[in-house]
Amino acid sequence: MRGGPMGFQVEKVGDALVVDVEGQLIVGNRQELKQRVLEELEKGERKFVVDFERTGYIDSSGLGVLVSLSKKVREQGGELRLANLNEDLKTLFELTKLDTLFHIADSREAALKGL
Amino acid sequence: MTSRVGILPRNRDFRPMAPDLTLDIPNDLASIEEAVDYVMQRCAACGDDRRKLHLNLRVGLTEALANAMLYGNGRDPSKRVKVEVAFQDSTITARITDEGRGFDPCCVPDPTRPANIVKPEGRGIFLMRKLLDEVHFNDSGNSVTLVLRLPPFQDSGGSDRRASA
Repeated sequence: MRGGPMGFQVEKVGDALVVDVEGQLIVGNRQELKQRVLEELEKGERKFVVDFERTGYIDSSGLGVLVSLSKKVREQGGELRLANLNEDLKTLFELTKLDTLFHIADSREAALKGL
Repeated sequence: MTSRVGILPRNRDFRPMAPDLTLDIPNDLASIEEAVDYVMQRCAACGDDRRKLHLNLRVGLTEALANAMLYGNGRDPSKRVKVEVAFQDSTITARITDEGRGFDPCCVPDPTRPANIVKPEGRGIFLMRKLLDEVHFNDSGNSVTLVLRLPPFQDSGGSDRRASA
């Protein structure tokens, strides 16, 4: 199959966890990301940055997972920020007004600042 | 019922198609990406707006296929989804049909309202309507037709390059 599953890498930067999403975050693979972030939340992590520098596309299910995760992290007193959205992804966040719900930074470093 | 799903009256929504491309795909979420990529490749030379093709058409196809598999066919792996695509000049028409009982697209709530923005679901049809030039559901709601108009190529080779696979 062309494309294949989404991959992601998790890196601890200071007291924050940066999740680097590679490929597409869509209905067929969203649960992988959700499960991993919830596991880290369960372990005690509270500060998350999801970095989309290497992400081509997010569908509405992917947007929904981010909304759901953000809510769960907030409920535990934490915060989930987003970084490096390309122009297409920015358009999707703007159309759905999710740009008003998330802290969206232009870079990983900017997202980590003050988190 | 007043149609809110496109600019054409409902009785004109479902003119017969003469598809240039037909896919019959299994009701498996893992097949969406491959199917969308294939249609995108076939549409690559339809018009002169790469971004509109790659964002707007991809959104429309991905969301329509996900809806067909999750809600139309109810995740039933024995069911199928049909994708028909027609290329006319620089207009792409894609019809996605499932085997389900359909739904009423007029009852889809606005996901950007404050009460809905924190909900994880409910953005698929909204995005389709925002990003496609026309979105039409049939009366039973188990088939959706997406229309995307691209600016034609300025050079004379545009029509010859269409849909070459």
